[in-house]
Amino acid sequence: MIWQLDLAILTLVVIAGIGSLMVKDLLGAAILFGAYSFMMCLLWTIMGAVDVAFTEASVGAGVSTVFFVAAVFRTTRRTKD
Amino acid sequence: MKILGLIIAILTGAFLIYAAVDFPDWADPTSPASTYLSPRFIEKTIEETSVPNIVTAVLADYRGFDTMFETAVIFSAAVACFFILRIFVHGEPGERLYRHVLTGVTIRVKEGKIPPSDDFERIDASWTPHDLIIKTICRLLVPFIQLFGLYVIAHGHHSPGGGFQGGVILGASIILLAISNDLRTAVKRMGEKLVGLLCALGVFIYAGTGALCLLLGLNFLDYAALASILHVDPITARSHGILIVEIGVGLAVMTAMIWIYNNVSSNGEYDEGL
Repeated sequence: MIWQLDLAILTLVVIAGIGSLMVKDLLGAAILFGAYSFMMCLLWTIMGAVDVAFTEASVGAGVSTVFFVAAVFRTTRRTKD
Repeated sequence: MKILGLIIAILTGAFLIYAAVDFPDWADPTSPASTYLSPRFIEKTIEETSVPNIVTAVLADYRGFDTMFETAVIFSAAVACFFILRIFVHGEPGERLYRHVLTGVTIRVKEGKIPPSDDFERIDASWTPHDLIIKTICRLLVPFIQLFGLYVIAHGHHSPGGGFQGGVILGASIILLAISNDLRTAVKRMGEKLVGLLCALGVFIYAGTGALCLLLGLNFLDYAALASILHVDPITARSHGILIVEIGVGLAVMTAMIWIYNNVSSNGEYDEGL
């Protein structure tokens, strides 16, 4: 485990997480959430939990992003608050 | 209200961080998990189930009851999506758009529809360009994605993977078809009734395997009972039982993903997708 790489990915996780909460554009929030899932997937791989990383990559980053984009497409792109 | 929410979030976060200090360190050899639980699985899994990937063995055999209800949760999520969103439209919908394939001319039909022919193709109301490259590439890609999904399900014993991941990959291949072409093409390949039936069948395969073990005289989901049916020794029977269960999980997850996507992207009308 390389701690510099670990720290860089962890920082990106936090940035992507806060960004997906803060951003007004819901499509952007969905994509940032996908980026968050990919960074989490890398973290799981670093910690040796390859099965969890695989699930995170396919479910979290792949399909759930598609669901979010579909929901944004059918509702509204701007948040009310 | 916003400030109140922020205070609650910060307080909860602070409590979580405060509690996390009490957890054993990462890979701590003296933690309860490392002293007797993990060594038990690491030493006994291969001789009890003959499955090299311990995670799969724990997930589908030792903790099979838990995974069965995880599958049931995914099934009920898809069913809930269906009940909330699905609208059965009666009568003729509004105007439709068609494209003449050879010239690319788009025509708008106010009422009724053009009889199906090779000259005209139906397109979505939102702007859809004539993207031959995307359609062709995605159509070529779909079989390889599905093959990889089958590999992930079948090879879950030896490498990372299993029913959940493989099922999601298989479902994603159909979703890719729906995104690159349109929803009607994907629904033509995987009909709504087929999707619903397969989703229930996946959960039924899982629970049915457990019930079969019960009927054959052992505990619920104790795959060693299948030895007399499969004509193998009980250890190999546990390995085969995991595969059967993973196939059920894969079916349920694949169709649940397709079902949710179809309902969400088309507003429950199954007419025009993303």
